[in-house]
Amino acid sequence: MLACRRHLRLSALSAYTDTLTRRSAGGYFLSHGPLAPHIYSSGARALPAPRYVSSSSHCINSSKGSRAAPMSAGVVEITVPGTGKKISVPTGLFINNKFVPSVDSQEKIDCVNPATEEHLASVVAGSAKDIDVAVAAAREAFNTTWGKNVSGFQRSKLMNKLADLIERDAEELAALETLNNGKPFKIARDFDIGDSVGCLRYYAGWADKIVGQSIEIEPKTKFAYTKHEPIGVCGQIIPWNYPIQMWAWKVAPALAVGCTIVMKPSEFTPLTALKLSELIVEAGFPPGVVNTVPSLGSVGGAAISSHKDIDKVAFTGSTITGRRIMKAAAESNLKKVSLELGGKSPHLIFESADLDQAANWAALGILYNTGQDCTAGSRVYVQESIYDKFIETLVTKAKQLVVGDGFDEKVGGGPVVSKVQYDKVWSYIEAGKEQGAKLVLGGQKRSSKGYYVDPTIFTDITPEMKIVTDEIFGPVLSVGKFKTEEDAIKVANDTSYGLAAGFHSTDANQCMRVSDALEAGTIWVNQYGLLYNNVAFGGKKQSGIGRELGSDALHEYISVKAVQWNIGEKLDWPL
Amino acid sequence: MPEIFKKTFDTPAYKGSVEFNTGLYINGKWVDGSEGGFIDVINPSNGKVITRVSEGTEKDIDDAVAAAHTAFETVWGHNTPGYTRGALLYKLASLMEQYEDELAALESLDNGKTFGWAKKADLALSIGTFKYYAGWADKIQGSTIETSIDKIAYTTHEPIGVVGQIIPWNFPLMMLSWKLGPALAAGNCVILKPSEFTPLTALFTAKLAHEAGFPPGVVNVVNGYGARVGNAIAIHPNIEKVAFTGSTLVGRKILEASARTNLKDTTLELGGKSPNIIFDDCDIEQALDWTIHGIFWNHGQACCAGSRIFVHAKIYDEFLAKFTERTKQVKLGDPFDPTVYQGPQVSQQQFDRIMEYIDSGRQEGATVHLGGERFGKEGYYIKPTIFTDVKKDMKIVQEEIFGPVGVVIKFEDDDDVVRQANDTIYGLASAIFTKNIDRALRTSQRLRAGTTWINCANQLHPQIPFGGYKQSGIGRELGEYALEHYTTVKAVHINLGHTI
Repeated sequence: MLACRRHLRLSALSAYTDTLTRRSAGGYFLSHGPLAPHIYSSGARALPAPRYVSSSSHCINSSKGSRAAPMSAGVVEITVPGTGKKISVPTGLFINNKFVPSVDSQEKIDCVNPATEEHLASVVAGSAKDIDVAVAAAREAFNTTWGKNVSGFQRSKLMNKLADLIERDAEELAALETLNNGKPFKIARDFDIGDSVGCLRYYAGWADKIVGQSIEIEPKTKFAYTKHEPIGVCGQIIPWNYPIQMWAWKVAPALAVGCTIVMKPSEFTPLTALKLSELIVEAGFPPGVVNTVPSLGSVGGAAISSHKDIDKVAFTGSTITGRRIMKAAAESNLKKVSLELGGKSPHLIFESADLDQAANWAALGILYNTGQDCTAGSRVYVQESIYDKFIETLVTKAKQLVVGDGFDEKVGGGPVVSKVQYDKVWSYIEAGKEQGAKLVLGGQKRSSKGYYVDPTIFTDITPEMKIVTDEIFGPVLSVGKFKTEEDAIKVANDTSYGLAAGFHSTDANQCMRVSDALEAGTIWVNQYGLLYNNVAFGGKKQSGIGRELGSDALHEYISVKAVQWNIGEKLDWPL
Repeated sequence: MPEIFKKTFDTPAYKGSVEFNTGLYINGKWVDGSEGGFIDVINPSNGKVITRVSEGTEKDIDDAVAAAHTAFETVWGHNTPGYTRGALLYKLASLMEQYEDELAALESLDNGKTFGWAKKADLALSIGTFKYYAGWADKIQGSTIETSIDKIAYTTHEPIGVVGQIIPWNFPLMMLSWKLGPALAAGNCVILKPSEFTPLTALFTAKLAHEAGFPPGVVNVVNGYGARVGNAIAIHPNIEKVAFTGSTLVGRKILEASARTNLKDTTLELGGKSPNIIFDDCDIEQALDWTIHGIFWNHGQACCAGSRIFVHAKIYDEFLAKFTERTKQVKLGDPFDPTVYQGPQVSQQQFDRIMEYIDSGRQEGATVHLGGERFGKEGYYIKPTIFTDVKKDMKIVQEEIFGPVGVVIKFEDDDDVVRQANDTIYGLASAIFTKNIDRALRTSQRLRAGTTWINCANQLHPQIPFGGYKQSGIGRELGEYALEHYTTVKAVHINLGHTI
């Protein structure tokens, strides 16, 4: 998910374009004027500001006194360490442009700062009934104020406005992302948020360019055309590793084509999605176009997947959950499904490679976002002639990364997101040790607070080891050895996953051969981990179905209608 | 030092002021013309001078081309990613939105169109066009092509390079946006020549482009006369593409100039004599309103004007009577009066040319059914004019008048009207009015024109291509199609194992 155009900027552009790019990435656009009222054909208008509805006014079936009342849809203030700045975060469910309590649930979601293990905030945990309410709002909006009721030009304008607002609030959103997810503040602000703004603008540009085909059939008697219509109400379930960026990847193409959304952020990281919901209102989206329901996967996620009135579900997360979602879709209304799942991506280092560069990319590939990346280059295979030298270089590079609290300026990597994840990653490290892999870096727990896992590298691996077969989702790298190009391809493809793959070689023919032979949705040649909003991303094999980003993502939210028109044929009957 | 133009408007439609440089905008700087000349800019409502602007020369075009080349090689073209180009275009559109009233007032003052139409049509479409192409800038893509197992091939759509763009006076700002939008989105550098009659909004927009942050040399605006500056662009060996909107006569010269110099890629959007077809089964009230908009919008100064009005014999008398009645209600006057629909024609020259056509119609035996004369005492106003009893070889039926002059022609059936409608050297646009959609689609298919409007007329959208069949032009503007004319395709073959 490292769609970091800044890397490109630093290396490739001249001084002048560098300036341009920097300006375009920060506070660049003028804010737009208010939208003309005629956008919404029904006359519905966006509220000027979100309303926070108290539980008493909105609670159905709340049993008086006997049990705890549903958590109110209030606002919590979170203090940013260091600056002491306070960020207010709405804690209710965001439905119809209002923050509301659950209609029937007493549950709440506790958010924790993974760097300190301290409680940050509690938000309302949505129930299956809340999903129903959100879907009804999304359906109403689709039928009246969004979908086919608004032009692409207007959708584009609103999306650009939303991008402006996110850009304006980048510091605050980044601080919140760091607090809830653990990633370094600068990375959250410049990469996660910078690229999310770019993603919204990119799809804003598509909104008025959705075209079907007109098709010649029988020129004198028949005419046909296709329309690319929005699918309808979309459920979107996003993970905790890039909470804002995954939100943007999902929301942007769906809004561009005219879908409405019920968004379920991860129960580990719901705060920025709630904060972004405030901006949905401020940007002027009509009520019900984007709804946000924080909930447990087993509750809200399951309700979305099996909902009869959701036309499409998009999910990013684990392969095991992806499988459940697809099953639920099959058993309910055959909703369209797109899945972006796990990976165990190979990263090959051929002997002709620039070793220093290859080591930099390999370190980035496994350590960026503390390895919590579905494209993480978690299996590095090195040609045997350069193996020893490469390992030495890689270990040196990996040691240079400063892992710590995300608000520390020097820090390049934060903790893993949660206790659950911490325990899972450590269990894999233990398994690696037990199964006989050689630990060449890391593998020691810290005694201090925080869910930290320092960069860990295993060598001397065998194909059946758990650290080689399973997605760990942490900063744990397995390094193997190969003799020939053929061996390298074989071992690289020896996985049920196919999300990404990378390799380093200065032999052009080898580059082409290997990129053709690798079974993955993204191939990085002499680089790793970089994504662009206009380049498709997604998995082969069990890494997923469908594509995100680029023009390809639009197809996931489009339903093609073929209109066949008779302008001259008379039908003789009977045949 | 080039002069600064300041103007305060105090009109019923707009109150406010504008201030900008009237020099040439070359390499990010405002400069005088190399020979120190000026061109007077006339207010067509009263014939008086509004201001003067610097006059460009061949030398100035050379300077602009050199600046554009440097920019293309260093800060634009391959040196700037699409999302940055898109951000700059969007920023320009946002600034135009911010100065919407100022630009509309200038356009109205300079061109004579009403402030109201300038704002709701010219400005809205110009801003929309820039936003639309801002969105394309990071979506320019080639294809990868499967051939044989030992080869990989792909195409890249690269910017052409330095582009000359020559635009007319009828929609000064809109034509600027149609030209600059796709050219800049694709990564080209531009030398734009606005019409000598209406340079003001182009100069104001150059100021905004500067403010938006386009690097020096990417956008250059050189005022001047067609015979010198236009010609210098057309024959320039280092301009790789020229785009022109204007008359067929000049378009031909530009194509010839390209052919005899460096074979620069040429796109032309030229004249028209577009048919406006009224079938007997149309919604007559709607057809009347669209027909009036079709011929009288922008005072008939639209290349797609529906200037040949074909009416089915069955409803000819009724339609003509109502058409005449409604046309009489078209209000002429001060472009800044919010109740006025029609302002003056753009120039004395244009006024004279239209009056000559009206005279020739009379001499060739057509009937002036309505209008046919000057309106008022000052300014270049011509009353909306309707000719009847016309024959197909008359000049007013064959030639583009570019004024508020329509000819009404009777037809008998579908075949008859298609034949008559296609009996022209032009093929820019057409309009069809019928409630029978089968008939509409069949007729649309048979008309030889780049646009067919069904139950509407003179409708333009940034997303929908526009351009001509036959002698109405070469290439298409707007939509994704326009990008084809600002990119050049490179095919890359990579050999993976084929040995010889």
